[in-house]
Amino acid sequence: MKEIVLDAKVDNLPQLLSIIDEELENAGCSMKGQMQIDVAVEEIFVNVASYAYEDGNGSCTIQVDTDPVNTYVTITFIDEGIPYNPLAKEDPDVTLSADEREIGGLGIFIVKKSMDKTAYERKDNKNVFSMGYSWA
Amino acid sequence: MTINKVANGKDLIISLAGRLDTTTAPQLDDELKGSLDGVEKLEFDFTKLEYISSAGLRVLLSAQKTMNKQGSMVIKNVSEEINEIFEVTGFVDILTIE
Repeated sequence: MKEIVLDAKVDNLPQLLSIIDEELENAGCSMKGQMQIDVAVEEIFVNVASYAYEDGNGSCTIQVDTDPVNTYVTITFIDEGIPYNPLAKEDPDVTLSADEREIGGLGIFIVKKSMDKTAYERKDNKNVFSMGYSWA
Repeated sequence: MTINKVANGKDLIISLAGRLDTTTAPQLDDELKGSLDGVEKLEFDFTKLEYISSAGLRVLLSAQKTMNKQGSMVIKNVSEEINEIFEVTGFVDILTIE
């Protein structure tokens, strides 16, 4: 398992994605899988960077656990910010027309739809969000 | 991400290369805000676009809303991976993808 600790800043996103992509590539994850995972990682990390810490300063720990044999990866995000369960957000209505659609609320919906498993828990004053994906 | 614009009368073609994500989406948003006045046909060329996240989708939705009022918008040469994102989000029904 690879553990990455970063300041929860949007500027660190490219660095995070390149580390994760390297892990996924080494594990044999498909390009499609990498892109879907990257999009999900971006949504979660940007959420943490934007909202977790009221003064904007704090860290985010990301654990990447690849399982090449079972073509599966679990990625866990841990922050010590204000309690926030992204899964509690109501899904947007994706059947509405462009004019009716609101700009926003899509990120976490994409995560839920594209990942095989998502979970949240508040543990030891930390937000722990994990997501699993199978690229088989 | 690089943005290439070709304007021809009331037609505007925007070609994107690279990644349309949280860090680059504001760049496209600014570019569109300054160039859609009087445009009746907006075409995006995604041949060289490698990646799109929800931040990018928001900019496309905003552009679609603008163009619904003043003309039309199409997106061409969408990769399989990006199309998958459009499908998951219902954007395939909102956008005109050719």
